[in-house]
Amino acid sequence: MWNTVFPYLLSGISVGGQYALIAIGYTMVYGILRLINFAHGDVFMVAGILMVYICASGIPLYASIPLVLAATAFIGFLIERVAYKPLRSAPRMSVMISAIGVSYTLQNLVLYVTGGLNQIYPTIPWISDSISILGATTKRVTVITPFLTLILVVALVLLINRTKIGMAMRAVSKDFETSQLMGIKINTVISTTFVIGSFLAGVGSMLYFTNYTTVIQTSGAMPGLKAFVAAVFGGIGSIPGAVIGAFIIGIMENIIKGLDVILFKSGILARPVGLATFSDAFTFALLIIILVVKPTGLFGEKTTDKV
Amino acid sequence: MKKFLSLLLVVALLLPCIALAEDMPVVKIGVFEPASGDSGAGGKQETLGMQYANQETPTVTIGDTEYKVELVYADNGSTPDKAPSAAQQLVSQQVSVVLGSYGSGVSIAGSQYFADANIPVIGVTCTNPQVTLGNDHYFRICFLDPFQGTVLANYAKSLGATTAYCLAELGNDYDVGLVNYFQQAFEALGGMVITDTFPTGNSDFTSYLNNAVNYGAEVFFCPVSIAYSTQIVEQAAAQGVTFPILGGDTLDSNVVVNAAKGKNIKVIITTFYQEGANTAFDEGFKAWLNSDSEAMTNNGGNDMISAVSAMGYDAYYTALEALKAAGTTDSAAIKAALPAVTLTGVSGLISFDENGDAIRTSAYVKTVNTETGDWEFVAEQSVD
Amino acid sequence: MNAYAKQKSRVPVILSFLIILAVYVAVFIAEQNLPPTSMLFTVLKKGATYALVAVSMNLLNGFTGIFSLGQAGFMLVGAYTYAIFTIPLSQRASVYQYFDGGIVQFTLPVPLAMILAGLVAAFFAFLIGLPVLRLKSDYLAIATLGFAEIIRAIFQWNQLGPLTNGSNMLRLFPNFNDFNIRNADGQVTVYLSTLIPFLISGLCIALIVMLIHSGYGRAFKAIRDDEIAAEAMGINLAHHKRLAFSISSFFAGIGGAMLAMYQTTVQAKSFTSAMTYEILLIVVIGGVGSVTGSVFSSFLFVACSEWWLRFLDEKQIIGDFEVPLLRNGFRLVVFSVIIMIVVLFFRRGIMGTKELPDLFRKRRIKPGKEG
Repeated sequence: MWNTVFPYLLSGISVGGQYALIAIGYTMVYGILRLINFAHGDVFMVAGILMVYICASGIPLYASIPLVLAATAFIGFLIERVAYKPLRSAPRMSVMISAIGVSYTLQNLVLYVTGGLNQIYPTIPWISDSISILGATTKRVTVITPFLTLILVVALVLLINRTKIGMAMRAVSKDFETSQLMGIKINTVISTTFVIGSFLAGVGSMLYFTNYTTVIQTSGAMPGLKAFVAAVFGGIGSIPGAVIGAFIIGIMENIIKGLDVILFKSGILARPVGLATFSDAFTFALLIIILVVKPTGLFGEKTTDKV
Repeated sequence: MKKFLSLLLVVALLLPCIALAEDMPVVKIGVFEPASGDSGAGGKQETLGMQYANQETPTVTIGDTEYKVELVYADNGSTPDKAPSAAQQLVSQQVSVVLGSYGSGVSIAGSQYFADANIPVIGVTCTNPQVTLGNDHYFRICFLDPFQGTVLANYAKSLGATTAYCLAELGNDYDVGLVNYFQQAFEALGGMVITDTFPTGNSDFTSYLNNAVNYGAEVFFCPVSIAYSTQIVEQAAAQGVTFPILGGDTLDSNVVVNAAKGKNIKVIITTFYQEGANTAFDEGFKAWLNSDSEAMTNNGGNDMISAVSAMGYDAYYTALEALKAAGTTDSAAIKAALPAVTLTGVSGLISFDENGDAIRTSAYVKTVNTETGDWEFVAEQSVD
Repeated sequence: MNAYAKQKSRVPVILSFLIILAVYVAVFIAEQNLPPTSMLFTVLKKGATYALVAVSMNLLNGFTGIFSLGQAGFMLVGAYTYAIFTIPLSQRASVYQYFDGGIVQFTLPVPLAMILAGLVAAFFAFLIGLPVLRLKSDYLAIATLGFAEIIRAIFQWNQLGPLTNGSNMLRLFPNFNDFNIRNADGQVTVYLSTLIPFLISGLCIALIVMLIHSGYGRAFKAIRDDEIAAEAMGINLAHHKRLAFSISSFFAGIGGAMLAMYQTTVQAKSFTSAMTYEILLIVVIGGVGSVTGSVFSSFLFVACSEWWLRFLDEKQIIGDFEVPLLRNGFRLVVFSVIIMIVVLFFRRGIMGTKELPDLFRKRRIKPGKEG
């Protein structure tokens, strides 16, 4: 039984770690701006495309990795300045529509640049080698992802709890207007949030695309949505919550893909019934259940709407 | 803003009028192929075959007049929801005959628009039987999936496999159809078949590969679009699977070869054409690719000949034969003339049966040589 | 602005009716005289379909303040319902080839099937609305988006194949061209393939406009403007929200059926969230809260994407000069940039909250600058 289930767990933990890195961007932005940044998944995809083109231009790997991360962070910064900042005082719906517009624009730009064809992600040596672990063979990145994710999360939590900018972030997410009155430079805080979120999405994209090596303009849409669900599941605004939510979703999704064979082997199902069809839908079902039963998620704080 | 927009509109409407003021009359052939999306790479290679044929034979004598052949392109985006507008684009440009498409789903989705306009279509590599069934305007020059499925099932059996794991993309008529015919044939041979599907846009195939391992499959059959098959090959190699990957004609692409090159993986496919079958075509096509950088890029960066290019080449000449036989550029007359058209193309003899399907009795089986990164000929298979 | 609009005179309304009538007559005349393969009719048919869907979305987002992103899911339900019940019996064996002809072994007349399409979509909306409508703005948006994805997966499930044909295409059902009147030889005598979708869409939109002007419509607007105040005034929030959600989905379902007729094939995988976003952007361009704006921008959007801006996707050579940048995909880039400009700088869209008759009313004061 263990041998049957273990490979799915392994895939799940790996993809969960990658979702976690995207989910942090969602949860931080939502915590501060109350905005579902629909374009975040596409930033993740653009990071993948940048890597493809930068490597193709002949820049060696040790230089292209930091270059891609820096460029991704800058794109996050730029998106905020161009598409969200002018709408700071507009209704929340307008900002969300703007986010959808940015997502549409990024996808179409990539479609134009790539001609709509799949791009093969460059191979990053060492982490894309195959290794054997407890009887399952997989890429080394699968094993590295959860650890790298945890390290980055600890670093981020330290940043938020121990530094001045972190304190400012916490203040802004508690009360936007008051913190402004207390002299916090709101725009700097928001930009920092976007830079950190995009940077982590960039790291996530490297891990993700090393595992699943094709990048196309729609590559970011599903991982983005799932990471958002993870953020909601863990309690939006809570970083540990987003990470735990992401791991749960990653694991569950892969278990669902293998549910037919697991149930079939343990004798519950007489024949496969195609439950894998629901691997994506399950994530959303989970989202709706959590929204209805416990809208604040696993670790979210209770908020009250003011009249 | 508004003034600018209206100006833009006027320009847009006038642009087509500026083009083309030549003496020779023009006959338009529509190219209904994907240039983007999951099958974009394959569609581009198929189009290359037509373009090469077009620059080889740019004119055709219809009746007593010599016509210049103009290829009119429409990108059907590899998805059935974009196919209608691509089809309408071709119809509105009054093409005489249409070539395409690469995939079956888009062909079925576009079919009705061509039928309504009474324009005949020559399917190039759309292998699902539904494409030509129950209509009189869709023809095709390739073999059909019941045939291909049987060939593949026989081959799987000859590898000694008793359990086959089949994977198809949800809602892709080609995948689902071919898996279905494979299943019928393989079960008739006494084998066991497990089928699974993945949603469009999926990129994580590790769990599906795990499924195949857990079911004890001895062969992994995935006749999916190029975009997915490269990832499956890549991830299967990384997971160190022991079963061979079996695929249909969609996997016949240098992109798949590149994914398998240098890895410990066995990929076997069936296809329409094997490089070396017609040296004149091979050499000419390669020379053309090497002289045209854009064509080279569209072919995936090297000059390996894909079977779909040969098929595109044959489709173009089939259309020319039909134009000659009809003696006019009127699409209804071409439709009437098409059933009787025969020619010897580079991929073999082409003639149509009462359904509008090509009469084809053999398929090529090829495998990837992972050391050199080339296709290796295995066998020419036919079904009794 | 609105205060002046309230002083109603009959003339602008009558003028508007005349304009709409003239459009219908023009469509009819054009259809009889222009070649049926012209791109104009493609745009008109698809535009009419999108107009209905956009207005139905506007009813929710613009008039009731419910930010729903489930439109594609309800269109899917409508399209499938229509297709399942209208595929001719003789064709079922070929469409449901892997499911022995399917389990539905009767057909409904087209109008009945369309109404049923709306009803089934509304029923789904009612069920979904029970848990979801309690949520607030963006949570509601993401939950409805999730539901659309779940609906899509259910319709693709192979175990439901005898009903839905699994994930495979449904086709060969009556489409817009079947509205043309033919003589015994199969020759078309009267072209109606564009006029009928116009009539269906027009009728549905008229119903929505009447609803907006009824007591219910005023309640919807009250909810949009201030939920808590509306509740305090005695409006039953849950009831009205559910009503708006179901009615909007009813028309989205009919819109889905029309889309099926336009596309001539239906497949669950094409009803993605991208489709919802597209419709949302149409609503935003037209003006959130303006029915006229949604209709107008639907036609504009479709015409640009299918017809007028197509040239951006192809190489253009003027004289010896090859226009740079033009290749596959450029149209969409231009499109997205225009949309971003509208979203950022012309937030009120083309029409703001104005309707057609408002255009003929005298402007007493100049409307303030937008944005």
